Amino acid sequence: MMPAASQPAPAPGIAERLTALFWRRPGLLLALLLAPPLLWLGIVYVGSLIALLWQSFYSIDPFSGVVVREFTLKTYGELLLPQNYDIILRTVTMAAAVTLASAVLAFPIAFYAARFAKGRWKAVFYLGVMLPLWSSYLVKVYAWKLILAKEGIVTWAANGIGAGSVLDAILSIPVIGGNSLSTSFIGTFIVFVYVWLPYMILPMQASLERVPKSMLEASADLGAGGLRTLWSVTLPLALPGIIAGSIFTFSLTLGDYIIPQIIGNSANFIGMAVYSLQGTAGNIPLAAAFAVIPILIMLVYLAIARRLGAFDAL
Amino acid sequence: MPAAVEFRSVSRHFGAVKAVDSVDLTIAEGSFFAMLGPSGSGKTTCLRLISGFESPTAGEIRIFGEDSGAVPPNRRNVNTVFQDYALFPHMNVRDNVAYGLMVKGVGRAARHAKAEELLALVHLDGFGDRKPAQLSGGQRQRVALARALVNEPKVLLLDEPLGALDLKLREAMQDELKSLQQRLGITFVFVTHDQGEALSMADRVAVFAEGRVAQVGTPGEIYEQPANRFVADFVGSSNVLPPEQTQRFGGPARWASLRPEAIRLERGQGGTVRGRVTGLRYLGAATRVTLDCGGHELAAQIPAGIAVPAVGEEVGLGWQVQSLHLMEKA
Repeated sequence: MMPAASQPAPAPGIAERLTALFWRRPGLLLALLLAPPLLWLGIVYVGSLIALLWQSFYSIDPFSGVVVREFTLKTYGELLLPQNYDIILRTVTMAAAVTLASAVLAFPIAFYAARFAKGRWKAVFYLGVMLPLWSSYLVKVYAWKLILAKEGIVTWAANGIGAGSVLDAILSIPVIGGNSLSTSFIGTFIVFVYVWLPYMILPMQASLERVPKSMLEASADLGAGGLRTLWSVTLPLALPGIIAGSIFTFSLTLGDYIIPQIIGNSANFIGMAVYSLQGTAGNIPLAAAFAVIPILIMLVYLAIARRLGAFDAL
Repeated sequence: MPAAVEFRSVSRHFGAVKAVDSVDLTIAEGSFFAMLGPSGSGKTTCLRLISGFESPTAGEIRIFGEDSGAVPPNRRNVNTVFQDYALFPHMNVRDNVAYGLMVKGVGRAARHAKAEELLALVHLDGFGDRKPAQLSGGQRQRVALARALVNEPKVLLLDEPLGALDLKLREAMQDELKSLQQRLGITFVFVTHDQGEALSMADRVAVFAEGRVAQVGTPGEIYEQPANRFVADFVGSSNVLPPEQTQRFGGPARWASLRPEAIRLERGQGGTVRGRVTGLRYLGAATRVTLDCGGHELAAQIPAGIAVPAVGEEVGLGWQVQSLHLMEKA
């Protein structure tokens, strides 16, 4: 009888050979896995960003309206014109206000969900926060236009409880007031906060959930009251989540062009300016220069957040 | 003089679960008191009742004679070393230690000076600028200790403080904790599931079982005179003899315990009782022998250097009469 070992081994299948190859060269498998997303990110995403940046250094001939393909900083200079500078200032102020209000509103909700909600109530929380995200953005914005309109439910309710004069007083505040909530900056602000709030709550809740209970107990054990613990322990440990949430609310507000178009007094925001400049006006260079502004602002914002140690705990 | 901590028929029930069930305890001032028990026996809940993170559902807890029922944790002159240390990761070691003083409103210079003093006490001089993440487990343990001592508590609570350390470090920390307690002269209340730790460090030990105190006494009393089967078995894994076995072993018809190390094994025909070796477990300093004595299982412990019988061998068992300890209860 022949010993079993001398029999010729069956030829390995292609799958086995591939497995062996990947085992010997782990870098190959990694490269294969990473290539598609890297190509996507590198060419489609970063590539178009660079194209955008590039365009912003062109300018437009004021008489013919033709793009002059020569490197110039003239277009960036145009951003400093009062009418354009106003747009930037208005947008950044709105984004900051929306972010601040979202953070203040989101914290108690996120805190409750992270610390106290259990089982069924946790599910209710997630559903309540996520549900608005499932319906169309446009439908929500138009619904808010009706809610905030002069004939809408807010005015009706305010008059019903005798607070009509309070609403009128709020609407008579210069700049942010207006004819009705739906045609004022207050209305724009309310709808922005409503639409972006979930993006603040979810990361905040995730970071609060990661704060160990024993740390809060240690703080109390050492004599700290609730507020002191909140300020010295809970907030610093939840900071990465708060920053993450604020990046969402801030950048989403910076770039949005639909809400200020539908709700508000038609004053321009960066997004609206980009939309009209690249469309009807055909001024691609200025549109690109406008689009670079939010990117720069976010870079500065991230640098400050990093300096504050927001990412230390990541 | 009132006791440092006194439990008067204290219960803490979570729904149907009786985590702590009518416990009476007196912890003398300046003592090193260990709460010993398996997990789920109620020892940690008792510690949390003292620190104020749990409230009793019945009974009262007196801290230096005062009922602590309405006193929140941040107003008790009691501090805790947490099991996971609970150091604040965003603060450096000095600020961690000084936290209790910052809360009190002590100025920066004064609290940092005090923090350095405490860091020196736990042999961590010069570590003030590090973050907790840059420390080893043993060093974090010391920081947690210094932080808990900064407010000069009258009672220090330690929740399994050595559980996360490796054996060598654990032994070093045991000695250090003991000497620290003697130097400071404050009351230490210490929770552990490690009977060796409790016996070697504590002045008094309370053994917990299923939410009740099974026995309170000095380590010697707990080890040599266990009050019941549970204590005998949990502390040092003693042989527990039911009344009929005790009779067979030459005692009265009562429950008794017999320490494995008190049993002598004799080859040949001698011995009070005969047994057959069923298993051997090598422990380094000794070998644990399990024996079948007419249907009853017994454990004996033979120190290293003495010949060990083989599995299956018939041997005689002998012991000193006083080693057979009679127990009050089953």
